Amino acid sequence: MSEITTRDSGATPDHGHGTPDGVDPEDLARPLYEGPGALPAADIPHRPRRSDFDPKAARRAERQVAALFVLSMLMFILFCVGYIAIDPTTAVYIPTFGEVGAQNFVLGLTLGLGIFCIGAGAIQWAKKLMPDVEVVQERHPLTSIKHETVEAADQYERGKEESGFAQYRIIRRTLIGAMALLPIPALILLRDLWTSKDGGFGPSPTELLSTTAWVEGMPIVTDGTYQKLRPEDIPVGGLVSALPEDIMEIQEEEHNLNARGKAAIILVRMEPGEIRAQQGDGWDYQGILAYSKICTHVGCPIALYEHRTHHLLCPCHQSTFDLADAGNVVFGPAARRMPQLPIGVNEAGFLVARAPFAEPVGPSFWERG
Amino acid sequence: MKALAARRRNPVVSTLLLLVALLGVGGAYTVATSAAPAEAVATADQTAIDEGKRLYLEGCSSCHGLNAQGTATGPTLIGVGAAAVHFQVSTGRMPMAAPGAQAPVKPVDYSEADVSAMAAYIASLAPGPAIPTAEQLDYSDADIAEGGVLFRINCAQCHQAAGGGGALTQGKHAPSLMDASPQEIYEAMLTGPQNMPVFANTTLPAEDKQAIIAYIADLQESDSPGGLALGRLGPVTEGLFLWAGVFAVFVGLAVWIAIRAR
Repeated sequence: MSEITTRDSGATPDHGHGTPDGVDPEDLARPLYEGPGALPAADIPHRPRRSDFDPKAARRAERQVAALFVLSMLMFILFCVGYIAIDPTTAVYIPTFGEVGAQNFVLGLTLGLGIFCIGAGAIQWAKKLMPDVEVVQERHPLTSIKHETVEAADQYERGKEESGFAQYRIIRRTLIGAMALLPIPALILLRDLWTSKDGGFGPSPTELLSTTAWVEGMPIVTDGTYQKLRPEDIPVGGLVSALPEDIMEIQEEEHNLNARGKAAIILVRMEPGEIRAQQGDGWDYQGILAYSKICTHVGCPIALYEHRTHHLLCPCHQSTFDLADAGNVVFGPAARRMPQLPIGVNEAGFLVARAPFAEPVGPSFWERG
Repeated sequence: MKALAARRRNPVVSTLLLLVALLGVGGAYTVATSAAPAEAVATADQTAIDEGKRLYLEGCSSCHGLNAQGTATGPTLIGVGAAAVHFQVSTGRMPMAAPGAQAPVKPVDYSEADVSAMAAYIASLAPGPAIPTAEQLDYSDADIAEGGVLFRINCAQCHQAAGGGGALTQGKHAPSLMDASPQEIYEAMLTGPQNMPVFANTTLPAEDKQAIIAYIADLQESDSPGGLALGRLGPVTEGLFLWAGVFAVFVGLAVWIAIRAR
């Protein structure tokens, strides 16, 4: 191959380094080992290292490598000493790291430094003492050899003739039919997505994603303490994380948190005059607005509500929604507004949902478009 | 010195310099941002109200108006209550040094008596949340586990699960709770300072607030199990630390491995 060069093809050393007399620069560009498997030197100028021609520098490099290996040995001995001698419960204060377990700290430090010193020593050895002649490694061309491709094509033709794939029409067609039906068992298992709790044919995945536990008249309770809320409980500027009243029953019935995840809402209150737009006429109650707590981008729960700007910020990807303006997106990757829940009060004076969510909550899905 | 000068163009040196500069800036920032503690205040009478009004006209009225009615540069203070005044002034947030996205914590120029006088004046304008009593702030019987649940539902989204604080929109931020006193936490929940929403006693009763305070106090007392807490700010700082710090070290090592020996 053309890129192969021989060691005789003019590797010129860098004379700027001042090679001392008596050392032939040509010799420094020769690989030490010249038996089978040796790689030929590259056809580029070779610059010798100080340790190549200065015996003092070579000995210094030798000592450096050995010192690193000795340091590594010391660290491994210290590791054993630390493991035996230090009480595992003692803590020690390390500046900037704070209070840490003394034994763990010593074990980590010594083992880490010990392994590091082996590596550093090996690299120093390779850089200073091992030959640094630029060599060329041969590579095969990437295309297949001509006679191999011809043979492969011949084998294909021979297989076609001998199997009679073209000749036996009925075999060919039935085989194609069998292969076509092969994916059907995998597809039919997807029916399980429609299975309801009692084993029957339940709601579709689209329906599950589009509905929440909120129905007309469902009382709103606080998340965590499950107290029903009156409008006067929420001051202007207030924020309440809330759930439907029957969430715990649904949760026990379904043995999962899916319903809670979908139905989580936040209630915020602002002066009615501050509300610029809503998703439906009069969906607030005296300035109390209910919005889904689930980001429409990828479904993080959001309650980073700034009560002066009325912005709701998602901590995951910084989508920002303006709750005073119908929950519209003002910043970030979310593509849809935050769904609003229409609320009112029941006869007992507690806050309730006036209708289910008008649009699916949470991230977009295929059928939503 | 000669050897040092000869090596200054070494690529390893520039990598190390970058690392040192990054660590220096981070360290200086940590030193520069420290909060001032707040103390409890006593109730006040008419003389205190008059004194409070004088202090108000002097230090607050240019933004909040001569009668605390609010102006274009500051909201009305009618009805914000004594708790809001105590929180804002005793932490140095108010009076603001300059208009900005958010009032920063800074050294307090007012004595405790001054703060309570101003609180008394603002409370005399209209009823509002009062400064919490010692009994309300006593969290010795509170349930820390319950406080943790409530903290994660109501507070963690902005102040971060371990109370380290976090960024909000357009330069605003939720401060770290690591130096907040029980009184500051209680007053902040009660009054909703700046952009923090109000967590009134009607939706978050006093015993729930005490549970949250107990949980935060527990966070403040507990050490970071991993040693370096990195401000407890979560994955963003940890990722940044790795990229800016550890990654720079790895780049330096890779450069050292690949560089030709002299």
